[in-house]
Amino acid sequence: MTTTLLNLTWLIPVFPFLAFAAVPLVTYRNRKLSHSLVIGGIGIAFVLSQIVFWTAVTHPDDLPFESLGIHWLSAGVENFTLGVYVDPATAVMLFMVPLVCMMIFIYSVGYMNFGTSEVDPRYSRFFSYLSLFATGMLGMIVFNNLLTFFIFWEIMGTCSYLLIGFWYEKKYPDPDKITPKEAGLKAFLVTKVGDLFFMLGLALLYAEVGSLAYRDIFSAETLEYLAHTGFLGTQFPLATVIALLLFGGTVGKSAQFPLHVWLPDAMEGPTPVSALIHAATMVSAGVFLVVRCFPIFTAVEGSHMVIVAGIGTFTALFSSIIAIAQDDVKGVLAFSTISQLGYMIAALGIGAYVAGAFHLITHAFFKALLFLSSGSVIHGMEHGHHHAHEHHHKGEHESDHEEHEEQWFNPNDMKLMGGLAKRMPRTFWPFLLGGLALSGFPLFTAGFWSKDEILAQAYTASPVVFWVLTVAAALTAFYTMRQICLTFAGEPRTEAAKHAPESVPSMTVPLAILAVFAVTLGWVGIPDHFPVIGPMIPNWFEHFVGSTIEVGEHAMKVAGHLSEGGHEAHSQLPLVMGLTAALGGLAVGWLVYGRKPLKAGQMDPVEAAMRKVWLGWLYEAMRNRFYFDWLYQKTFVNGSIWLADLFDAFDYGREPGKHGVVDGLVNLAGRFGLLLSRISDWFDANVVDALVNLAGHAGRLVSIGLDGFDLRVVDGVVNGVGVVVKAGGKAIRPIQTGRVQNYLLLASLMILALVTAFFFIILVLSI
Amino acid sequence: MVPLEWCLILAAVLFCVGAYGVLSRRNAIAVLMAIELMLNAVNINLVAFWRYLEPGGATGQGFALFVYAVAAAEMAVGLALVIAIWRTHKTTVLEDIDLLKG
Repeated sequence: MTTTLLNLTWLIPVFPFLAFAAVPLVTYRNRKLSHSLVIGGIGIAFVLSQIVFWTAVTHPDDLPFESLGIHWLSAGVENFTLGVYVDPATAVMLFMVPLVCMMIFIYSVGYMNFGTSEVDPRYSRFFSYLSLFATGMLGMIVFNNLLTFFIFWEIMGTCSYLLIGFWYEKKYPDPDKITPKEAGLKAFLVTKVGDLFFMLGLALLYAEVGSLAYRDIFSAETLEYLAHTGFLGTQFPLATVIALLLFGGTVGKSAQFPLHVWLPDAMEGPTPVSALIHAATMVSAGVFLVVRCFPIFTAVEGSHMVIVAGIGTFTALFSSIIAIAQDDVKGVLAFSTISQLGYMIAALGIGAYVAGAFHLITHAFFKALLFLSSGSVIHGMEHGHHHAHEHHHKGEHESDHEEHEEQWFNPNDMKLMGGLAKRMPRTFWPFLLGGLALSGFPLFTAGFWSKDEILAQAYTASPVVFWVLTVAAALTAFYTMRQICLTFAGEPRTEAAKHAPESVPSMTVPLAILAVFAVTLGWVGIPDHFPVIGPMIPNWFEHFVGSTIEVGEHAMKVAGHLSEGGHEAHSQLPLVMGLTAALGGLAVGWLVYGRKPLKAGQMDPVEAAMRKVWLGWLYEAMRNRFYFDWLYQKTFVNGSIWLADLFDAFDYGREPGKHGVVDGLVNLAGRFGLLLSRISDWFDANVVDALVNLAGHAGRLVSIGLDGFDLRVVDGVVNGVGVVVKAGGKAIRPIQTGRVQNYLLLASLMILALVTAFFFIILVLSI
Repeated sequence: MVPLEWCLILAAVLFCVGAYGVLSRRNAIAVLMAIELMLNAVNINLVAFWRYLEPGGATGQGFALFVYAVAAAEMAVGLALVIAIWRTHKTTVLEDIDLLKG
């Protein structure tokens, strides 16, 4: 029975895929049918996932479950088999992904229809892409080997390219602002850098182990082998090298430093896409890769875990600093996402596997919630702007305000918002709950429990990681409060904000549902050592997901070593610090932004304060993301262009009239030929001609006698040949049309004729 | 099991579709696409013969991979040519490009 139910996992990615295929092939003209089909596909996947999840939860002894494999790819003598694999990590992902996806899909219906008079002409295509994306994510989760993992991972990469650049014709008046087309390209190329490492890691793993199925690569013998064999005869264990290469994929996909630059620009896509891809699901794929390959990461103690923890911790702090100075409502959330992903990576790096996975799940819910709410806010602002604009037009048609009004209006700018809590209450409350969860507001939000878990583990594992993460948590609370205050508190700062309407129910209902999860989900992972509540409620998440690491004793050994007895050393300091960071950050944020709401045109108080103490340059750097985009543009992008120019110059020369090397060589050869021909010309004119003339004179004497014969017979033959050739040429000239296809047709017919003739001759000879 | 002949028939049909496309399409880009079809027909043959006659080795698959690489390179060159022709002649219709006319 259990097996039958768990075998349903096979079907989970199928329905979104069918919906993806059906929309462009059949239903694309009918918008309603298209989006219903896509939501239906993810709905079925959701139901199946719930069945699988609850089966897995109620029968934990059957895990990890692996289905029978089917042969799906044979290369040479190797046969790759494909099966589904369900372990606790898969199960909790199956709980999260379809649910969040479904909410986002439903929200998209409202988002794409609301606020504009004409519906997007690529409406059906949008839903088709979304569905393919869901296929990629679900396929990545359920199958049992790293090869399909990589394939589905790349499907998601393609979808993110297509979706970020969805409004590819959009251009902004400011030439420095990145357009959706460029943003899509940037995301694709930057993540490809990471994917290359991932692929190298897979190749190395396959070369050493001869398999990519989880069962084989996570077996005790394999891990033993990887831990005790040097890479290319060096001291580095293979496990370290492979883990680092795989981690390269994570750095790209989960936007960790130094490959974080793509994610903030990916906000150019439609907001549901930002929520789906860049907050809830795709970026967590990178973290999931580490979760999945955790046995390899912990097969041997080595510097790689320090690198993982270091990159995660640094990213968490670095991007939360940048988030403080962002004015774009989605920009803040983008950097917040990078920062929270850094949290997860840091947790995994110090061996806190369960805490990292827990934060992955809770973060997906509240960050999707925040993104969708901000999308609702943006829609409200756009709508309000149109409304105010029309109003204005009617009132003072003659006034010179018109030119002023024609300026481009940025609906994402928080400086232009304010006071939206009254206008959009059904957006405000979910946003508030999501924001509190993100800041880790104590006890009742999910973010608190998962963050607290990470901090507690970090405290016992590494003081540096712990303190940095605490500072990052405080900053997170601060910028979240800033965002809430700037957007929702105080008085409207523009006409647009004054007229912003509430969004339609198909947008606000998913918000409410996600808000419920953003709060309650934390209660499944309350640590046992938590005062008062801890002993009362069992830490279900840890018991369930923690059982995944039965794969190797190494994993336990290393994880245990890294976080020396997480339960024994239940000091209350991390809890206190976590509370202080969250509440302190929120309080300071309220004092700065909430007590005296920003006036229209007023400078950000933090910026003003920093300018006062000669730190304006630092704020400027934060606002410009510490100039990393600029740096990459100058080095990598311009470097490539420079290289291309170099080759071009090598070939043709940079300016007209000047020659490059290749051109120069060709010309040199030409000059040399010219020289040679001049010499021979001179030789010809002076030596050969003289001889020829001499011979000519002699010949002339002879030929006078033969004149008659020549004129009649020889001339006749020569002219005859000429006439025949000329006539022949005229006859076959029409086939020389200059059209390449005619030539090809002729050649094909000739070959056919030759082949026929060939076989005919063979036939004749054999008889 | 699908018999070998079916694979070969499929490949032959695909090749003919491609050949027809190459000979009849007016647009250079469509012609390039049709060339891809012909190359893929070849690939089907290679892989099919490998699978049915030589399943132990990897020659057929290896050749198919080479064909992929060559096809990709050919596409790059082909599209570059189309762009070059577009720049000079403002057309991609093959009938208008008859510089070779005698």
